[in-house]
Amino acid sequence: MSSTATVLAAATDTGTGEAVTFWVLGPLAVLAALGMLASKKAVHSALLLALTMLSLAVLYLAQDAPFLGVVQVVVYTGAVMMLFLFVLMLVGVDSADSLVETLRGQRVAAVLGAVGFGALLVFALGDAVVTNEGLDQANSEGNVEGLANLIFARYVFAFEVTSALLITAAIGAMVLAHRERHLPKITQRDLSVQRFRGGQYPAPLPSPGVYARHNAVDTPALLPDGTPADASVSRVLAARGDVRSIPEQASTTAIERAAPRREDDGS
Amino acid sequence: MNAVLLASPEVRGFGADPWWLVLGKAVVIFVFLVLMTLFTILAERRVVARMQHRIGPNRVGPFGLLQSLADGIKLALKEDIIPKAAHKAVFVLAPILSTAPAFMAFAVIPFGPEVSVFGERTHLQLTDLPVAVLYILAVASVGIYGIVLAGWSSGSTYPLLGSLRSTAQLISYEVAMGLSFVGVFLYAGSMSTSEIVAAQGDYWYAVLLFPSFAIYVISMVGETNRAPFDLAEAEGELVGGFHTEYSSLKFALFFLAEYVNMVTVSALATTLFLGGWRAPWPLSLWEGANQDWWPVLWFTAKVLLFLFVFIWLRGTLPRLRYDQFMKLGWKVLIPVAIGWLLMVATVRALNTEYDFDARQVLIYGGIAAAVLIGLTFVWDFVAARSRNAEPPEVTAEWDPMAGGHPVPPLPGQQRPQLTVAGTTAGSTTQTEDHP
Repeated sequence: MSSTATVLAAATDTGTGEAVTFWVLGPLAVLAALGMLASKKAVHSALLLALTMLSLAVLYLAQDAPFLGVVQVVVYTGAVMMLFLFVLMLVGVDSADSLVETLRGQRVAAVLGAVGFGALLVFALGDAVVTNEGLDQANSEGNVEGLANLIFARYVFAFEVTSALLITAAIGAMVLAHRERHLPKITQRDLSVQRFRGGQYPAPLPSPGVYARHNAVDTPALLPDGTPADASVSRVLAARGDVRSIPEQASTTAIERAAPRREDDGS
Repeated sequence: MNAVLLASPEVRGFGADPWWLVLGKAVVIFVFLVLMTLFTILAERRVVARMQHRIGPNRVGPFGLLQSLADGIKLALKEDIIPKAAHKAVFVLAPILSTAPAFMAFAVIPFGPEVSVFGERTHLQLTDLPVAVLYILAVASVGIYGIVLAGWSSGSTYPLLGSLRSTAQLISYEVAMGLSFVGVFLYAGSMSTSEIVAAQGDYWYAVLLFPSFAIYVISMVGETNRAPFDLAEAEGELVGGFHTEYSSLKFALFFLAEYVNMVTVSALATTLFLGGWRAPWPLSLWEGANQDWWPVLWFTAKVLLFLFVFIWLRGTLPRLRYDQFMKLGWKVLIPVAIGWLLMVATVRALNTEYDFDARQVLIYGGIAAAVLIGLTFVWDFVAARSRNAEPPEVTAEWDPMAGGHPVPPLPGQQRPQLTVAGTTAGSTTQTEDHP
């Protein structure tokens, strides 16, 4: 990627500001790219990728390609964010790569691909440098207008094919993630209707009784008529038999009301 | 980054300012944003208080005007804690990453027309780009990285949940936001802010492109993490969300970023849809309203109007549930934005390519709309019939290994009840009362 920047920088007149920008951001982009490959944690890779892309975006801006620079940021921030999300969702926050190779012949294929891509870059950029039309001519109608003419008039077919590729990928993902629904979806409204039609107690459970001298969760609340509200105590406590009996409570409370005792009864 | 941007002088009338003027404009923008933040925090507390029949802060300074300043100083003097589990470098970087872009976006917002400053003719705008609006979109999405990274680097559960929500928010609401800009670009024929304002001499785009305006206003609330879309920091669910672990100045930076972002998106809404610095209707009858320094007043008034709407929303609406929020983004805003964009592009093309005048466009558009509305009735009828159709009854016994593979029961088939050893009958007595 950085070779792109170098050749382009050499192809045009370089001002001081541009040179400073390049020598600060160029190495940064390369280092971040290498770090992205080398780092074991997927999240770190995603962050370093974002750094590389931002550096490249600023380099584009410095070379009078404002549209490319800004779109680079818009597109890649979203893309890296997606990557981040997928890392978090699929592999986990702290996951690290295992370095075991699972695909046979992967390294050979990678080297071949890299050499091919490198050759493509060298020839394409060499062509661009040799038959240099000049920025002024390319931007004669304005940067955005010039690009729009190329994308939507001259290369419209390639553009549409690329978008078809992307849409295919999106539809593929949707098909993979789609789950067939056998029954109509139960909405919040259905649930609410169900709860009331069932004739069951619709409100939240009553809270347990709160008395000054006892742990409240194991003591049922009292209904207005003085009977204990069973539902106010956790089912688990009821199953264990840990619920305090109300008559006992009531009697001690009544006694205490009549004549408060000093010593603590541990009932 | 701004120094680099200044180097691309592609928009007419920009890039020729002397260095002291550029520096002065940058400083003025910074001070303007900080003052707006202090004012907005106070205004928010006072306005929400009034909406809730309270008085609000009124002790520090006249009418409580210095309350935000006092709070800011107090915040800066607090202890700065970095949790042990945090990823230190990213933890420190995140608040900076959140705040800096918020300020940077304002570089391309036009405050007013060309004026004279110490003998120099200059635009009341730090700089302009042929892609200024896209630049704001880009810078805003970098700002959201601050929130996402803050949540991730905290090494804690609630902040991580907040940051995940924020990521999803960015991905889904930025699409609708970007689509709402396109209508404006088509009509203005430019993406530069100064030219968009210049193109709104006759009609504001809020009138001409009302659906775009509505979509932008909704997604800008989502973009700034404000109620009712403040899921990333939902204090009732996630403690403080992404900034739970932050304290002192780092927290203050997030606070600052949120409010500066509110001002920025309001300023962008003003620029794109409310005519920017142009005077509103009755005032625009006066010749001098759009000259010299007056437009700064109209611009600020419109920005304050949007800020009031932000505060009003917060005082009025409860927070959306996460699935409702996603549904609104993906199933309402984006399809509506695309449909509307298609209409705008069609009308625009008819206007420019085939010389249709407004009346013809209205007539044919009306016929098309009538047909569409008719079709929706048909669709409703069909949908109602298919909804009333009973789901197919499957009565066959469930075969767990049908076709040689383990399969779940189909609708209507029952999974045989399994009894787990050790379950007591007594524990079920209370479950009968409550589902």
